[in-house]
Amino acid sequence: MKRKNTGGNILTALTFIFLYAPIIVLIVFSFNSSKSRTIWSGFTLDWYRELFRDSLIMSSLETTLLVSVLAALAAAVIGTFAAIGFYNMKKHWRSPLLMINNIPVINADIITGVSLSLLFVSAGVVIGFELGFGTLLIAHITFDIPYVILSVMPKLYQLDRNLFEAAQDLGCTWFQTIYKVIIPEIMPGIINGLLIAFTMSVDDFVISYFTAGSSVQTLSMAIYAMTRKRISPKINAISTLLFTVVLILLVIVNVRESRQQRKADLKREQMPEEV
Amino acid sequence: MSKTSLSSWSESKPLRILRSARAFLERYRKQSFAFPYILWMALFVVIPIILIVVYAFTSAGNGFTLKNFSGIISYAPVFGRSLWLALVATAVCLLIGYPVALAISRMNIKTQRIVLMLVMLPMWINFLLRTYAWMSLLENTGLINRALAALGVFDLINSLHANDLNYTPITHFQLINTNGAVVLGMVYNYLPFMILPIQSVIVKIDPFVIEAAEDLGADRGTVFRKVIFPLSLSGVISGITMVFVPAVSTFVISKLLSNGTVMLLGDLIEMQFTGSAYNPHLGSAISLIMMAIVVICMSIMNKFGEGEEQAVMM
Amino acid sequence: MKKLISVIVCTAMFIFLFSGCGGSRAKKGVVNVYNWGEYIDTDLLKQFEKDTGIKVNYKNFESNEQMYSVLKQGGVSYDVIIPSDYMISRLIGEDMLEPLNFSNIPNYSLIDSNLKNMPYDPENKYSVPYMWGTVGIIYDPDVVGEVDSWGALFDEKNAGNILMFDNPRDAMGIALKYLGYSLNTTDKSELDEAFELLKKQKPILQGYVMDQIFSKLESGEAAIGPYYAGDYLTMHQANPKLKFCIPKEGSNVFVDAMCIPKGAQNKENAEAFINFMTGTEQSLANSEYIGYTSPNVEVRSLLDADELSMSVMYPAEKVLSKCESFINLPQETLDYYDSIWIKLKS
Repeated sequence: MKRKNTGGNILTALTFIFLYAPIIVLIVFSFNSSKSRTIWSGFTLDWYRELFRDSLIMSSLETTLLVSVLAALAAAVIGTFAAIGFYNMKKHWRSPLLMINNIPVINADIITGVSLSLLFVSAGVVIGFELGFGTLLIAHITFDIPYVILSVMPKLYQLDRNLFEAAQDLGCTWFQTIYKVIIPEIMPGIINGLLIAFTMSVDDFVISYFTAGSSVQTLSMAIYAMTRKRISPKINAISTLLFTVVLILLVIVNVRESRQQRKADLKREQMPEEV
Repeated sequence: MSKTSLSSWSESKPLRILRSARAFLERYRKQSFAFPYILWMALFVVIPIILIVVYAFTSAGNGFTLKNFSGIISYAPVFGRSLWLALVATAVCLLIGYPVALAISRMNIKTQRIVLMLVMLPMWINFLLRTYAWMSLLENTGLINRALAALGVFDLINSLHANDLNYTPITHFQLINTNGAVVLGMVYNYLPFMILPIQSVIVKIDPFVIEAAEDLGADRGTVFRKVIFPLSLSGVISGITMVFVPAVSTFVISKLLSNGTVMLLGDLIEMQFTGSAYNPHLGSAISLIMMAIVVICMSIMNKFGEGEEQAVMM
Repeated sequence: MKKLISVIVCTAMFIFLFSGCGGSRAKKGVVNVYNWGEYIDTDLLKQFEKDTGIKVNYKNFESNEQMYSVLKQGGVSYDVIIPSDYMISRLIGEDMLEPLNFSNIPNYSLIDSNLKNMPYDPENKYSVPYMWGTVGIIYDPDVVGEVDSWGALFDEKNAGNILMFDNPRDAMGIALKYLGYSLNTTDKSELDEAFELLKKQKPILQGYVMDQIFSKLESGEAAIGPYYAGDYLTMHQANPKLKFCIPKEGSNVFVDAMCIPKGAQNKENAEAFINFMTGTEQSLANSEYIGYTSPNVEVRSLLDADELSMSVMYPAEKVLSKCESFINLPQETLDYYDSIWIKLKS
């Protein structure tokens, strides 16, 4: 499909301007020497310096990273095993379970958040605990797992059904089959799910807002509290830093992938019969 | 407890239960990997939703009631506005997102990957901040109005009306605090959710199908209408869902871009739980209705989608 | 065997994880403070942590009503909250506050005796005043001219430049005062009249705001809005054009006080915090920073403030005599407020 598509390309370019305009504003004003969000008054790096001294921002960043990493890892483990279990179920069991699995994905964040907070609060009264890091983590794991399952299941279906039997014929126990044969095969799916889960956790605001309680605060929550009054340019600074880190990571991954692609292409050229 | 005493209890009830549990696990060994998650789902997905239902049909200390639902009628304007703004935002996302997805899928593989990365990249900046940055752009004294003023746009408009005595000169366009600003915020935040699923479906369309259609004499418009669009419908449907659901339930975008003058369903629910009017029972009832609306919309969409796909297959 | 070990390790990890969080919360050395936004000199928190070794978890609320919802819902444990007068009497009425142990708060003797035995806490059992002040109109005279009445907020010539309180009690209070009624009326026809006024006002408003008013008035995005006197001084520093007035119809005078909610887990730390914030040095620093009037009697003479600040912080007796405090309203009226508010906003 190598057709000229000028109209579409112009629209795409405009869309990118639309997507990046506010981000550029945000980054530019992280270097602004006054607190204003709209008037440029000179270049400074002060906000970056002050950022590292701001205990509120740093501790909420810490909470965000901690909860996102733990939740993504836990979701990857539980989700991978669950996907393998689902894969081995009969359809009339699997379909309803996958439907329930999809609830947190499809449901509005606010309902997930509110319903979990109802659960935590009423269970807290009975058992005697409070909203805090634990409930925040549970909430994050809950909305992370479906993404892991959704990215692992297709990988499982791509597997050769005979792989299970072959491994067992060769003397693997069921556990070994999973551990030594299946997991390595579906690893790209697990990693992918882990990354999506991590991203979702970092970006989440609504569910955290309803489940974090009085003693912990994620970066999103700190930012929300600030949008209710004045956003400090320090927040622009930290976003610029996070954005740059992600950008660099993505560039590295991309360069590596395209290099591998090129190698693969070369190999394929050397073996023309496969094409 | 020592080991010997344990073994002497071998026929006790707990042990029998344990044994039968083990037999069960033995039998469903392959499936048992999912059991922890099934338990997890029961606890943290199913029970919370049951709680919402219970709260919606009860009132504080008074047991079963339908009062929460009968009271909702007075919020009809909020429901109406939320649905309308979410629909508009979804339509705009589709109108922009589809051609963009199509354009992206026609690029070569390498560019495609970079462009897709660029679509996803903004999601890595906290959405509250991205929305907040729109405030800086849209305000009466914001960057857009400043730029227009610097370009002399307002002077020009004012001079056009110089002879009109009743005319009051303008100094800015009203961009923020409007329904339009809220829709813009929704489109901005959810557009990637429309582009990505549509693109992923279009890319998979077999180029030979299109070639075949062309060989059979179809022009570009016909190819699009009869082949590409029907085949990409599943992407369109998941795109619409992924935009509509968060748009209808947002409570942050409206707060930031309308200054509290445009109230949406999300704001109403948030208000009942952590806002000024504490009433989780009413909040649950509203949540339940919102869930029902979403489920109804989705099942209609899916029916529609299935029908279309079958039509194409035939 | 391996399987068993891994299961045990996993379980242990989970238990550790949860007990870890539970443990840190119950441990001594923390105080969870819940305060209005922009309402403290944050250096004081650091100083308190340094002096006592108690870690402060500091969170903000936006309005009395929001704080009430969060407490009512439960599952949270704040040790110190700083609600306003009428909310304190509501919380006392619903048995949601813990009586204070004043032997842990020796600095209470420094509180102005005019602010003791207030109607919201007649026996002085539950609260220690934090700050007090008035509500007035903050405006830019270049845009809206001189202002001396609430009427300016309802004037169509200021359309698009007006901001309004984003909470029912304050917003209704302004409408009621403008109409010449009491802030605390329970008369339905008076309330309806005020509601009609607010409904008419909505189309000419730029928005309903709380602390967002800071950036809006400072940047000139809006030109007039009602807010707390102390915050005017902060805004005035950023935008010297802004002026302040307590309208001639009279206004609201409020006291915000520190309380300990029922079920607080670090009561002694909370009392230490309250005592710390009441000290003269801290009250002075805090008052200078946020611009509100400290209840500490020693602060007034020590304040290093210009005449404008002094006149805003300590209004003349004549002005104060026209001002009224909020009292807690009967449940029926509160419900009516809620329904009016949602009707207004939707």
